[in-house]
Amino acid sequence: MNLHELWSIFVMQGFAGISLFSVLLLMGLGLALIFGQMGVINMAHGEFMALGAYTTYFCSTLVQDHAPRLLPFYFPLAIVLAFVLSAALGAFVEWAMIRHLYKRPLDTLLASWGLSLIMQQTYRSIFGAREVTPTLPEWLMGSFKPTDAIDIPINGVFVLALALAVTGGLVIFMFRTPFGLRLRATVQNRAMSNAVGINTKLVDRLAFSIGCGIAGIAGAAFTTIGSTGPDSGSRYIVDAFLVVVFGGAANLLGSVASAFGIAQAQSILEFFLDGTKGKVATLLFIVVILMFRPQGLFPSKVRSS
Amino acid sequence: MLFKTLFKSRAEFLSYAALTLLLVVVLPVLLPVFRLNLFGKYLTYGFVGVGLVLLWGRCGILSLGQGVFFGIGGYCMAMFLKLEASDPITTKIQSTPGIPDFMDWNQLTHLPFFWEPFKHFPVALLAVVLVPTALAFCLGWAMFQRRVGGVYFAIITQAIALIISLGIDGNQGYTGGRNGITDLRTLLGWDIRSTSAQYILYFACVFFLLLCGLAAKYIINTRMGRVLVAIRDREDRVRFSGYDVALCRTFVFALAALISGVGGAFFVLQVGFMSPSLIGIVPSIEMVIFTAVGGRLSVVGAILGSLIVNLGKTTFSEAIPELWLFLMGGTFIAVVMFFPNGVAGLMEPGGWLSTKLEPFKAMLFGRSGPGSGAGNEVVEVVKNTSVSIAQTTEVTK
Amino acid sequence: MKMLSSCISGLAPAVAKPAAATLRRGFLTAMVGLAASLHATAAPPTAEVNTTGLSITDTTVTVGQLHSATGTMAISETGSIQAEQLAIDQINAAGGVLGRQIKVIKEDGASDWPTFAEKAKKLLVKDKVAAVFGCWTSASRKAVLPVFEKENGMLYYPTFYEGLEESKNVIYTGQEATQQIIAGLDWIAKEKGAKTFYLIGSDYIWPRTSAKIARKHIENVLKGTVVGEEFYALGHTQFGSLINKIKLKKPDVIYGIVVGGSNVSFYKQLKAAGITSDKQTVLTISVTEDEVLGIGGENLAGFYSSMKYFQSLDNPNNTAFVKAFKEKYGEKSVIGDVTQAGYLGPWLWKATVEKAGSFDVDKIAAASSGVEFKGAPEGYVRIHDKNHHLWSKTRIGQWNLDGQAKVLFESGLIEPDPFPKGYQ
Repeated sequence: MNLHELWSIFVMQGFAGISLFSVLLLMGLGLALIFGQMGVINMAHGEFMALGAYTTYFCSTLVQDHAPRLLPFYFPLAIVLAFVLSAALGAFVEWAMIRHLYKRPLDTLLASWGLSLIMQQTYRSIFGAREVTPTLPEWLMGSFKPTDAIDIPINGVFVLALALAVTGGLVIFMFRTPFGLRLRATVQNRAMSNAVGINTKLVDRLAFSIGCGIAGIAGAAFTTIGSTGPDSGSRYIVDAFLVVVFGGAANLLGSVASAFGIAQAQSILEFFLDGTKGKVATLLFIVVILMFRPQGLFPSKVRSS
Repeated sequence: MLFKTLFKSRAEFLSYAALTLLLVVVLPVLLPVFRLNLFGKYLTYGFVGVGLVLLWGRCGILSLGQGVFFGIGGYCMAMFLKLEASDPITTKIQSTPGIPDFMDWNQLTHLPFFWEPFKHFPVALLAVVLVPTALAFCLGWAMFQRRVGGVYFAIITQAIALIISLGIDGNQGYTGGRNGITDLRTLLGWDIRSTSAQYILYFACVFFLLLCGLAAKYIINTRMGRVLVAIRDREDRVRFSGYDVALCRTFVFALAALISGVGGAFFVLQVGFMSPSLIGIVPSIEMVIFTAVGGRLSVVGAILGSLIVNLGKTTFSEAIPELWLFLMGGTFIAVVMFFPNGVAGLMEPGGWLSTKLEPFKAMLFGRSGPGSGAGNEVVEVVKNTSVSIAQTTEVTK
Repeated sequence: MKMLSSCISGLAPAVAKPAAATLRRGFLTAMVGLAASLHATAAPPTAEVNTTGLSITDTTVTVGQLHSATGTMAISETGSIQAEQLAIDQINAAGGVLGRQIKVIKEDGASDWPTFAEKAKKLLVKDKVAAVFGCWTSASRKAVLPVFEKENGMLYYPTFYEGLEESKNVIYTGQEATQQIIAGLDWIAKEKGAKTFYLIGSDYIWPRTSAKIARKHIENVLKGTVVGEEFYALGHTQFGSLINKIKLKKPDVIYGIVVGGSNVSFYKQLKAAGITSDKQTVLTISVTEDEVLGIGGENLAGFYSSMKYFQSLDNPNNTAFVKAFKEKYGEKSVIGDVTQAGYLGPWLWKATVEKAGSFDVDKIAAASSGVEFKGAPEGYVRIHDKNHHLWSKTRIGQWNLDGQAKVLFESGLIEPDPFPKGYQ
C-alpha cells in the first residue's frame, strides 16, 4: 500500500461523504420547507419519496416495453414527472387534511402517519410487495476515473448535481421571487400577512405541495443508488427529520450545513467503526447535541412568538 | 374522600366499574384461554396508553419513544427468565453451559457483568420498575430543563427509539440481537405457558393495569393534574406562577415510563419473549395510535383503545389482511381530525355534542378556538386554577 | 379416488361448495358423515389416522400457512407462499394425502414476531391444523418455536438458516449454514486460489453465524485470512465508506451475506464504484433469483452465489416444476432457493404421513427420519435420520445479465449438521 493509493482512498472516502451529504440534503430539503417553514410534521414525507421512486419505475417499465430506444433519455423526464405527481398529491393532501390541522402540529404528525400507512398499502396493492428497481440508462451507471486508482461513482455525481440544483432552485425561489417573499412573510407573521393582502391559504398549499414535489425528486434520484419497496419511505423519515431539526428548523441553509455535518460524521465513523456502530454513534451524537442545543445548530434569528 | 378524588362524577365511576367488569368477569367467562391470553397481550399496551394519557393527553408532551420504556421493562423481566431457562443442565450441549444460548452462539464464554444482577428475582422486579423510570428521568430532565418541547421532543424521542433498537440489534451477544430473548418457559419454576398460569397472569395483568389506571386518575383529579393541564395549555403562565415546569414534566415522563415498563414485563410473561421489534419507531407510534383512538384524555379510553385497535388488527388481518392498513390509516386520520378525544370522547356525556359544536365555536370565537379538542377540560381547568378564559384561546404552539 | 370425489360432486353439486366453506371452519358434521360413508373404502378411517383431535375429516385435512403477506418481509416470503400453494394444489390434484384433500388456512405474520407467535398459536389451538408451512426469518422461527413445542405442532421451515437448532416439531427444508457455506468456500479457494476474504453482512443472527462459520473454515481449513468482517443494520442503503475499506484491503473475495433492501444498494454501489466481476471475485450466500429481480442482472453479472437450488438447474423434475410454477404465477415469475425449499415442505409432509399411516404429530415426527422425496426440483432429498434437516447438494452459480445463473459446480449430497464441531 503506497502513498498514492492511500491518497486515492482518501479522495474516494471524501466523495463517499459528499455523496451521503447529497442524499441527506435531498431528503431534508422538502421537509425543511414543510416542517421548517410551515411547522407541519409530515410523517408521510418518506412515502412521497417512494411515490417519486415508483413513478420512475413506472416510466422505466413503460419505456422498456414500448420504446426501448428512448431508454437513455427517459430519466430526466421521469424526475420531472415525479415532481409533478408528488406535488399534485401534496396539494390534495394539504387541501383535504393538513389545512385543518395547522393549529395542532402534533396532530398533523399523527394524521400524516395514518396517511403514510394508507400510501404504503396502496403501493403494495399496485406494485406488489417486492422491491423494484427501474432499468437505468447506461450513462448513469459505472464510474468516472480521474486517475487509475480513483473511481468516482457517476450516480453519486448525478445525485450531488441534482441536490445542488434543487437547493439552488429553492433558495432562489425563497429569496428572489415574490412568492418566496410572501411565504417568508406568512411564516413570520400570519395575521399581518393576511392583513396586507397575502392569500396565506394559497401560500400554504403551494409551499406544502412544493415540499412534497421535492420529496418526489429525491425519491426518483434515489432509484439510482437503492431499491424501492412499499415501505422504503419509512427508512428515510428519521434521518430526514434529524437533518432539519439539527440544522435549526426554520433555517434553510442550516439544513444544508447539518446534512453536510451529519454525512461527514457518519461516513467517517463508518470507515473507522463497524457499520451499525457508526450509525448508532452518529445518531447519539446528534441527539446529545440536540438535548443541549434544542434550537439546532443555526437557529433563525426570528423572535419566537 | 379518596373515592371522591378518584371519581369526580358518577359517570366516571360507572365507566371505570364497567371496564373492571369487562376485564375481570366478561372476558374471562366468554373467551377460551387462547383468546384471553391475546387480550392479555393487548392490555399490556394499555399500560403504555395509561402513561400516555398523563403525558400526552394531560401534559401535552407527545413522546414517540414510549416503546423504549415498554421494551426495557420487558427486557429486564426477559433477562431474568432467560437466565432461569439457561441452567447448566438444559444448556449442556453448548460450549459454555449455563449462559443463555444466544451468548454461546456469539462466542461469549461468561455472563456479561450487567446480566449478573438479573439472576435474582427481586432485583429483576426492581429493575423492571426502576430502569425505565431512571432513564426517563435523566432524558426528561436534560430536555425539559432546556425547554425542549412539542415537536422537538417527539422527534428526539423517536430518534432515541431508533438508537436503542439499533443498539440492541448490533450487540447480539449481549442482547440477543434482532431475534430478541426467546424461549422463556418458567418463572421461579412455575410453567408460564400452562393454562392455569395464563389465567393467573391475565388477572395479575388486569389487576396492575387497573391499579395504574387508578393512580393515573388520582393524579389527574388532584392539584397535580390541574397543574399538568395548565402546563399543556399555557406553559409560561404556570412558570410565572412559581411552578417548576421542568420538574413537573420530568415527573410525568418518568411516571409514564414506569407504567410502560410494568406493561413490558407483563408482555414478556404472557407472550414468552421480548425483541427489539417492540422498541423501534413503528411500535412506539402504534402505541400512541391506540391511545388516540381510545381517547387521549381518558384512562378508560386509553385501555379500551388498546383493546379495540389490537382486536381490529387481529380480526382484520385474519379475514382481509390487505385492507387492514387502509382501515387503520383511515381510522387514525378520522380520529385525529374529527374525534380528537377518541372513543372515550364520544361516550362521555356531551362529548359527541361538544365535538359537533366545535366548528360553531370556532366560528364564534375566531379561528383559534380550543383547538386540541379538549374543550371541556380547558373550561374545567379554568374554573379550578382561575386562569382567565382569554388565555385558553391559544392552546398549543 | 378421483372417481369417488367426482362421484360426490355429481351427487350433490348444489351442496358441495358451501359444504367446503363450512367444513373449513370445522362445523357441519352431518355433511362429513355423508362423505365418510362414500369414502370409507378409499381412505383409512379418521379415528385411526387422527388420534389427537386435529382438524381432519374423512375427506379433508387442514394445514396452515404462516408467512408475512405484509410488512418488510413480504418481499422475500411471497415466493414461499406461492410454492407451498403450488405443491398443495398438485398433491390435491393427485388425490390428496391418505385420501384427504388438503385445505389451507393462510395467516399473515405481518413481518412482526409477536404476531407470528400469536398466529401460530391460533393455527394450532383454534384451527387444530395438522401441519404448518411457514416462517422465513430466524426471528419469526424463534418466536414460534416455543409455541410449536408447547402445543405439539409440526412446522416445515423453508429458509436456509444459521443452524444451532434442532426440534422434534420442525422440519428444516432449507440448508443449515455449514451445508451452504463450506462447499462454496472450498470451491472458490480451489478455483480462484483465494486467500483473503472480506465478510459483509446484515446485522442479525443468520449473517453473523454464517460469518463465524466462514471465518473458522477460512482460517482453520483453508489457511486463508479474513481481512474484514462487518455488519450493517437491515435497511442500510449507504455503502460508500465500506466500499472504500474494501478497496483499501484488496481482498481476493468479497463474501456477501447482505439481505433485503440493503442488498440492492450494496450491489448497485459496488458496480458504480468500479468493482465488477472482471476485477473482483464476489461470492454471496444471500442472493437468489428473487433478489436478482430487485438488484438487476446487470449489477450482478459474473458474481457467484452458493445455493442448493438455481432455477436454471437442468433435470426433468425441475423442468416440470418451473413450467408448473410459471403457468400458475405468470411467465415473468422467478424461482429462488427458498421458493424451491418451500415447495418441498408439503411433499415431504405427504410422504411422511403416508409412511406413518397417521396424521398424529408425534408419529410424523418419529417417521420423518429417512423420508425421501425423489421428485424434488433440486434433485433427490432425504430427511436426516437424527436431526430433521435435509441431505442436499450445494451448487455454485454464476449470474448472467438476464438474472439467471449458470451452474458451475455441484457437490455431492452433504450431511446436515446443525451443531457443527469446530465451527462454534
